[in-house]
Amino acid sequence: MKIHEYQGKQLFKKYGVPVPEGGPAFSVDEALDIAARLGGYPVVVKAQIHAGGRGKGGGVKLAKSHEEVKEHASKILGMTLVTKQTGPQGKLVKRLLVEKGCNIAKELYLSVLPDRSNAKICLMGSEAGGMSIEEVAAATPEKIIKVYVDPLLGIKPYHTRLLAFKMNIPKGAMKQFTQMITGLYNLSMDYDCSLVEINPLVITKEEEVIAIDSKINFDDNALFRHKDVMEFRDLDEEDPLEVEASKFDLNYIKLDGNVGNMVNGAGLAMATMDIIMLAGAEPANFLDVGGGANAEQVKNAFKIMLSDPNVKAVLINIFGGILRCDRLAEGVVNAAKEVGIKVPVVIRMEGTNVEIGRKILSDSGLQLVNAISMKDAAEKVAKAVKGL
Amino acid sequence: MSIFVDKNTKLVVQGITGSEGMFHTRACIEYGTKVVAGVTPGKGGQKMDNVPVFNTVEEAKKETGANASVIFVPPPFAADAIMESADAGLDVIVAITEGIPILDMYRVKNYIKDKKCRLIGPNCPGVITAGECKIGIMPGVICKPGGPIGVVSRSGTLTYEVVDQLTKNGFGQTTILGLGGDPVNGTNFIDCLDAFEKDPATKGVVMVGEIGGDAEEKACEFIKKNVKMPVIGFICGITAPPGRRMGHAGAIISGGSGTAQGKIAAMKAAGVHVCENLGVFGELAVKVFKNLK
Repeated sequence: MKIHEYQGKQLFKKYGVPVPEGGPAFSVDEALDIAARLGGYPVVVKAQIHAGGRGKGGGVKLAKSHEEVKEHASKILGMTLVTKQTGPQGKLVKRLLVEKGCNIAKELYLSVLPDRSNAKICLMGSEAGGMSIEEVAAATPEKIIKVYVDPLLGIKPYHTRLLAFKMNIPKGAMKQFTQMITGLYNLSMDYDCSLVEINPLVITKEEEVIAIDSKINFDDNALFRHKDVMEFRDLDEEDPLEVEASKFDLNYIKLDGNVGNMVNGAGLAMATMDIIMLAGAEPANFLDVGGGANAEQVKNAFKIMLSDPNVKAVLINIFGGILRCDRLAEGVVNAAKEVGIKVPVVIRMEGTNVEIGRKILSDSGLQLVNAISMKDAAEKVAKAVKGL
Repeated sequence: MSIFVDKNTKLVVQGITGSEGMFHTRACIEYGTKVVAGVTPGKGGQKMDNVPVFNTVEEAKKETGANASVIFVPPPFAADAIMESADAGLDVIVAITEGIPILDMYRVKNYIKDKKCRLIGPNCPGVITAGECKIGIMPGVICKPGGPIGVVSRSGTLTYEVVDQLTKNGFGQTTILGLGGDPVNGTNFIDCLDAFEKDPATKGVVMVGEIGGDAEEKACEFIKKNVKMPVIGFICGITAPPGRRMGHAGAIISGGSGTAQGKIAAMKAAGVHVCENLGVFGELAVKVFKNLK
């Protein structure tokens, strides 16, 4: 799960990580109030969306006066911000963060992220802050510094010193910097973060360390033990169909193609998307109904998949292990009767109770296309979507 | 022959009295697995069908001689269950549970590093040595005993698809393993490739990978140096968008790394026979494995 920058900064404060003074605004008036409270200019007006690259897209502006705050806030609120992370359709800005500006002497990069390749926690820093860290890593890997922490040992002072000295942190900022890393590490562990990132982390002319940005992602598997984080969830930032699917514990991701597909198991679902592409069509979604799905869940999955207006044909691919084919067939028949199917549906079933499942489908009176293999199914659905 | 589990494996089921645990315990017994004990804290002394239930893994091991465990414990308690089995001194621990907090697994991985146990999973369908022992949730009926093919995969139903096509084309299997879909898991591709290479009954291997991480790339380095038998590889997720978690917690392309294209290239460079279209996997198997039957 992702949260907004201003929410991340609230967590930073809790862990003693210095952030600029400021607060969130949902209207121009609120933005002006916050700016006035900060007691001086410049202030920064920042669009709050769940995507990076906001500055380049025109979503971050410096304001030197009351009038400029008004001008920028009116412009950014309600704009559709397009960045390289939002895709061409962009994202509507509904929230702002208004903050005090600072005298930047140096911009750094800092993050805490679990490294799956060695099961350690990586503290990553770079003097090349303010740029895309992927680009820095690709062009100048020597500028990326990594220090690994064993989660059973926890963070020790030497870890923070290692990073600080390698990053050439000025003496005056050393203590603040090392304390801050410890704070970020503890935040990351306490809240099951899959990423805590500050880019840029700023050292001011006064040698103060300030996080002028924040990005925090949480492990979805661990949200059950972080009710307070769930309150940060912003449904406006998520695809409505994905939100609907999450209510039924379905793994659904909307894509740009026109072949809807419903599969059991994440790996087989990806392979089904791939084979749709190989047959010359494009998948409209990823949808894993899970190993233990029942008829009700299959029905909900079917409804969600069909409510995407781009879907022109559907491929259902089930390898019945735990999810039995008869259960699947019942779910499909119920869903089809309830929502009505207006597009061709190709079904490929294999595994447990497949004969009963096929009988349920053929007795239903529905117009369904049977496929004998994955290849056959993909070819049939590609043909259907092209109207051949 | 086989790897990791066989007809002598004595299994304890952690979470045996839950609905999942009960259902799959029965299926394992039906397949022929020696299920000697179950564990549910507080239900010691009861029986699930004819299987005695204990309060702790330690007690179950002492009383029954169990040497492997399978975990059907809900996600918040699963890491604890794995460590309990590791501490009790079991040889093989198969964690089926999906949705374990990722950092819990980081701690487990570091904790069991110096212990003798082999962890398979979590978030995996388990392991089957065809005709001898089934631990987990794979449908046993699709397997064909007698070898000579070993199968190792990061996905569940995708494994079934591959095994089904092997069986339908006349290729039996030795051992079939699911490594699991989480970012951190116990046993990896290299462990299995190494064991298959040393197993006299296994003469060819199918490895099924997916987007995310670099386990396949590392395995390919290993194959180049150490694996002489033919390997067929398949990677799913060519069409997966970057930055999205595709069902499995570990199936995510992050910062441009972990792409299907990168893994396929690594496989080709290592001399692995890459299956480009799962629909014709069976035909490729016939071509690559034809002299092994």
